[in-house]
Amino acid sequence: MAADTLTTLMKLAAKRFGADLSQLRPEDDLFERLGIDSFQAVELISDLENEFDIELPDYELQGVKTFESLAQKIDKRR
Amino acid sequence: MLTALELVLAELDPAAHTLIIHSTLRGGFCAGADLRELYHGLQATPPSEHAVQLRGFIDRIHRVMDALDMLPLTTIGVVHGVCFGGGFELALTCDMLIAEKSARFCFPELRLGIIPGFGGIPRLRRDVGNGLIRDLLLSGRSVGAKKALAVGLISQMVAGGEGLAAARSLAAQSGKFDATARRAAKAFIKPLPAAELARERDLFVELAQRPAMLAALRRFVESSELRPYLP
Repeated sequence: MAADTLTTLMKLAAKRFGADLSQLRPEDDLFERLGIDSFQAVELISDLENEFDIELPDYELQGVKTFESLAQKIDKRR
Repeated sequence: MLTALELVLAELDPAAHTLIIHSTLRGGFCAGADLRELYHGLQATPPSEHAVQLRGFIDRIHRVMDALDMLPLTTIGVVHGVCFGGGFELALTCDMLIAEKSARFCFPELRLGIIPGFGGIPRLRRDVGNGLIRDLLLSGRSVGAKKALAVGLISQMVAGGEGLAAARSLAAQSGKFDATARRAAKAFIKPLPAAELARERDLFVELAQRPAMLAALRRFVESSELRPYLP
């Protein structure tokens, strides 16, 4: 996994949902850590698609819980 | 919301040249039908009456959507955030769509064992290629504003918070044109896909009476997860 992917993802997530970036860990459950629901996750998908210039089909993100695993999904689309 | 749209249609100024539809909700344009309301409404009715109930519900929605679609003025939809299911179908009644970068379009209905029932597929078929429709429908995935622009679903993509200003600018331009020519152009290029809409209503009511939809709705409504169950 590219380190910059994870870093960028966590920065975007922190910015989008007003979280403290220093408190986020790669292994965190991003839904629980950010306190977001599935509709708010859609906002993050748009941010990620725009930032990385990729498409992230929702169905590929089912079961993705951590920042780390989401970063891996992003890398497979880059 | 349906009642609000009916009121808007009843009170439209006949001298107006443009109608802009947008949402002031932070989360997006519209997340679609209230699944909890649909579930509880069906639960409160004997199964033998579901067909009549669903038919009445869908016919009322189609009357509103068709009226919006065929308005003799220019309609502009401004989309941000989620534009899912029935919300997407509402957006598709508009002559032109302006999307902010956050916009996402999705038909999640197959996850519930039904098809979009508010005119979405026939209206989308009027605008874009069949391959994209199959992709949206058969995967249930959402697509962002950039893809929507590339495939011709939206006419403009703008930065976050700029959608309404862009729509007002477009409305001002459209309003300069001769009203008769403008109406004629719209009527010529945007016919109502009446036969497909009728077929869609029948298919929706048929599918919505199957146990699969109620079971999917029950799983969704009873879920307390942040990520409610959807396959």
